[in-house]
Amino acid sequence: MKRRQFLGLLGAAGITATLGTEAQAATGHSFDGYPNAKGVLFDSTRCIGCRKCEAACNKVNKLPAPAKPFDDLKVLDTERRTDEKTYTVVNKYVGKKGPAFRKVQCNHCQEPACASVCFVKAFTKNPDGSVTYDASLCVGCRYCMVACPFNIPAYEYNDPITPRIMKCTMCHDQITKGELSAPGCVGACPKEALLYGKRKDLIEVARERIRRNPERYQDHIYGEKEMGGTNWLYVSGAEFKDIGLREDLGTTSVPTMTAGPLSVVPMVAALWPALLGGVWAMNKRKEKVAAEEQKAAVKAAKAEVKAEAAAKLAKELEKAEKDKAQAIEREVKRALEEAAAAKKDEEGA
Amino acid sequence: MTTETNKSLMTPANIITGIFLAIGLVITVLRFTKGLGYVTNLDQNNPWGVWISFDLLCGVALAAGGYTTSSACYIFGMKKYHSAVRPAILTAFLGYALVVFALHYDVGRPYRLVYPLFVSPGTTSLLFEVGLCVFLYVTVLAIEFSPAMFEWLGMKNLRNKIHKLTLALTVFGVVLSTLHQSSLGALYIAAPSKIHPLWYSPYLAVLFFISSIPAGLSMVIFEGTLAHKPWHHMMDKTHLDEHEGVILGFARGASIALAAYFCVKIVAVGYDNNWHYLATGWGAWWLVEVLGFVALPSLLYAIGSREKNIKLIKWTAALTVFGIILNRFNVSIVAFNYTLPSSQRYFPSLMEIGVSIFVVTVGVTAYRFIVSRMPIFFEHPDYKDAH
Repeated sequence: MKRRQFLGLLGAAGITATLGTEAQAATGHSFDGYPNAKGVLFDSTRCIGCRKCEAACNKVNKLPAPAKPFDDLKVLDTERRTDEKTYTVVNKYVGKKGPAFRKVQCNHCQEPACASVCFVKAFTKNPDGSVTYDASLCVGCRYCMVACPFNIPAYEYNDPITPRIMKCTMCHDQITKGELSAPGCVGACPKEALLYGKRKDLIEVARERIRRNPERYQDHIYGEKEMGGTNWLYVSGAEFKDIGLREDLGTTSVPTMTAGPLSVVPMVAALWPALLGGVWAMNKRKEKVAAEEQKAAVKAAKAEVKAEAAAKLAKELEKAEKDKAQAIEREVKRALEEAAAAKKDEEGA
Repeated sequence: MTTETNKSLMTPANIITGIFLAIGLVITVLRFTKGLGYVTNLDQNNPWGVWISFDLLCGVALAAGGYTTSSACYIFGMKKYHSAVRPAILTAFLGYALVVFALHYDVGRPYRLVYPLFVSPGTTSLLFEVGLCVFLYVTVLAIEFSPAMFEWLGMKNLRNKIHKLTLALTVFGVVLSTLHQSSLGALYIAAPSKIHPLWYSPYLAVLFFISSIPAGLSMVIFEGTLAHKPWHHMMDKTHLDEHEGVILGFARGASIALAAYFCVKIVAVGYDNNWHYLATGWGAWWLVEVLGFVALPSLLYAIGSREKNIKLIKWTAALTVFGIILNRFNVSIVAFNYTLPSSQRYFPSLMEIGVSIFVVTVGVTAYRFIVSRMPIFFEHPDYKDAH
């Protein structure tokens, strides 16, 4: 859970800050699974396709009876997957070296995609290694089915109001209650193709088998690293891709992949308001400056017009003054001339 | 103002609306009595179908006109687009309301849709992020839209109080939109082995966010074109005068956004060195999407805005909208589960498509009801020059 919590904190830093816990981004913390987590090792070279595990699973989990009985081995002729009534199936793959069988069920990832993408935390990675599901929280969005790289979770499509996700629980409840000591399928296997134990020990066992019989096995433990590692492990004689296990999944877990986009979320929330507010303020300022400049320009223009008008007026006034002076002068002159003329007349008379 | 009620209700548009609504109601009953298995082609390998691809992914992307238009007007200071804000906010609000409505069909227990928010928040999930943002953004859009309703109802006080929040709401809206538009893409980052490498990318979040911008701008143009004829009489002088400017400006914006989106698309392929896939059938399909529905509309928008060719711009808007829908379908259906044999691939059932058409019809009907009554295309005489 530590890994998931860490990612959750990373993703919702704003929310979790109020809860008084710390994001552990800077500590370089990594999660390698619960130390005592259990798992199951499936050995394809030992599996004979008897479907006893399917029958046992059906029984211990009280699942509905199948359409065809479990001893009908013709069922193996078509490749199947888990569904809402079946937690596990065995598939037959016909290869060069004869048929090979592979059991399909939840791989109980160390960092489960289903749990990390569930938006109501309906999945739990338990310390015993199992991944379990709580129907009382499920909304039925089916994102777990989208994210599961192994196509395991199944949905009750025909239940209109209370559909559940159905998948293998590694018999978590039965083992916790003491009803079983190992998952139902493991106990039912007549060929010891399934081995239940601590994951750490299972990896040792698997290595030992490969070391002792290198010609019998592929030199790879499927699930040791795939998608961050799974608690269900596989060894096989045939190539894994030939028994329906994709070899191109990589070793990065889904929560690690989604950590990047999740980490951006609080940053957007933190920075966008300042950025957008800044753009708004800049535009506001630009508008204000423009308005001020306009005002100043208008004022200047007005002053100029006013000055021009004043100058023109002064000029006119001056001209008028001049005219007036000239007129007076003229009048005086004429009056003088008239007076002189009158004087002349007087003298003449 | 209620011109519609004066005429007979038996118009062709109303009859088609009635048929779609009736079909939708029948399927609704079937969905909630017989389950998803009865009405959909979904199965254990294909848990998400057309209700997610179209109703959710396309619905949200095409409702991006709300945040793009309001931020252009109120944050980036392009006041000449003011008359485009209300129609865009209305469409966004209806779009998001319908996304939430449609999700009630898709999720198994719709009565628990509040669980992620209030009962058991799964904060490591990008879907939680989407849910939280969509919930908040629907609320923001409802508030942003409410002044139009209050003006219509004559509730001046409330209208004026909310009007003062415009800037804060716009900023909050852009934050939320950035987050959930991108997170819708990031949802698929959790399925690296199921989506074809040409469509899967660690940049899915960026791709979805950037493409939502031209999607939103194109929807504003597209919708404006559709609304112009039937509601011409409802549009005031400002709206009609600004209409061409909005189209030209948005075309320029969409052209640039599409060019940016094109670059991110190329970078996404280059980042994982997936060039060799271009020589396959998948590559041909990718090129159709990226050249035909990203590069081409970018170019056509540029030409259209340069030559003031309104007709070309309108057709380009339709092309862009179609391209965004194509992209969302490619990521979520066409390239999803590409490794499975064709017999195990998903194709929607008629009833699934029926529900999607029903949802769109509900939206169009609500839109028609609102724009025929409320001040969407015109400014209410009491509040002229109030902004």
